[in-house]
Amino acid sequence: MTVADQDLIAEISEMLSGLNKAGIEITADTDFNADLNVDSVAVMDFVLTVEDRYDISIPINQLSEVNTVGQFADVVANARAA
Amino acid sequence: MDLFDKFNPIKETYTALTSGGGDPFGVAFDRIASPTIGVINNREIVLAGTNNYLGLTFDDAVIAAGQEALRTFGTGTTGSRIANGTFGPHRLLEEEMATHYGMSSAIVFTTGYQANLSVVAGLAQKGDQIFIDADCHASIYDACQLSGAEIIRFAHNDPTSLDRRLARSDPNSSNKLVIVEGLYSMFGDVSPLAEFVEVKNRHKAYLMVDEAHSFGVFGDRGLGLAEAHGVLDGADFLVGTFSKSLAGIGGFAVSNHPDFNFLRVAARAYMFTASSSAASVEVTRAALKAIAARPELRTHLWENARRLHAGLKAKGFGLMAEPSPVVAVDFGDPARAARAWNALLQLGVYVNLAIPPGTPNSKSLLRCSVSAAHTSDQIDFVINCFEKVAELV
Ligand SMILES: Cc1ncc(COP(=O)(O)O)c(C=O)c1O
Repeated sequence: MTVADQDLIAEISEMLSGLNKAGIEITADTDFNADLNVDSVAVMDFVLTVEDRYDISIPINQLSEVNTVGQFADVVANARAA
Repeated sequence: MDLFDKFNPIKETYTALTSGGGDPFGVAFDRIASPTIGVINNREIVLAGTNNYLGLTFDDAVIAAGQEALRTFGTGTTGSRIANGTFGPHRLLEEEMATHYGMSSAIVFTTGYQANLSVVAGLAQKGDQIFIDADCHASIYDACQLSGAEIIRFAHNDPTSLDRRLARSDPNSSNKLVIVEGLYSMFGDVSPLAEFVEVKNRHKAYLMVDEAHSFGVFGDRGLGLAEAHGVLDGADFLVGTFSKSLAGIGGFAVSNHPDFNFLRVAARAYMFTASSSAASVEVTRAALKAIAARPELRTHLWENARRLHAGLKAKGFGLMAEPSPVVAVDFGDPARAARAWNALLQLGVYVNLAIPPGTPNSKSLLRCSVSAAHTSDQIDFVINCFEKVAELV
């Protein structure tokens, strides 16, 4: 189990700016649904962008446990390490 | 704590959407007068959101076939396909479907939803990988979840996005199943099937195409988009429904794979649910005959589709795709779309309200589906009502 470092979290936060309609500060604890108000489909669309940026695949099965940016960054870190 | 707490966000949205009078997700027609006219409170409503693409639900021969089957086989099947629920008509329809497609096997299911559950969850399992077009129908997503396979989503209608994802995967590590649809039900856009076939062949993956909305609509023989694009032999599995062009209730899957029929003893959504009624199966057989014998149905469907598309476009509406029997109109946000939906019904037009997360790209749409049974006057009436509604909302 790899844990995301601060750089990765920062990059992902940066990529999330298009979804950050309210312009809140994005941290590892930011919740996709509760804080960013993005629905499950929008999260899956975001995953497509992240996959192509890092040349990884993130099966959507892994998203069921993901609520926050930090949790998502861990999934990305694991996929990159694989 | 309450088991129903999780519905609170839905409750809010639902209450807001239904505050305009009607319930977009709970319309009940007191009577259906024809494929294109429903009756609510003694008012005739033009049906422009039924998926009744060929208008065969009131065809004389189709109705007669259903009536005859009711008398011969009774009302229900009272059992599943593997127990007492397989009657002569189920077998005959399977033979006819296989012959129609020129494939070695066809299997009939109780609904299209269950056809997808059966094929996808029957074929794929833990350790396999499924590559799914982002805009695939909920039944396909559910089927993928049920299979236990790894689900990798690729960008809608984007063969390059699929290619990249297949390339990232070890070619020998797992079975790979790619799933796309023919005509997509929300936007009315079509899949670039030939390109997907090329990509899946290069990566030695299997391809399944859900032709739910394209059967009866595309192809010289009405077999669907794979026929129209000349790639019938490129798809490993074709799935469809009887509930749209075929005027019944049920689903099917066809394939040339020599072991395809083993799904009958492996797919739980085939084995553990009652089979489609003989009446529904006979209705579907009659509709299949009509589709083969009357290509003019398709010609008229497409004339109507182009008329509606051109008419709405001329009035300045934002449409989601090129002309097809599904014409989706962009209404910006869910509240405005719901107001427009209500106003249309008041004027006498029924369409489908489609809002996020049920729609791609968070679009809020009024979705029309055109029928061969629509008259030009009905199409023009729908266009005029849309114009009035746009001014109201
Ligand atoms: C693409 C697609 N697949 C499957 C289905 C399910 O078909 P059925 O209504 O027969 O269950 C539908 C429609 O409802 C659909 O749009």
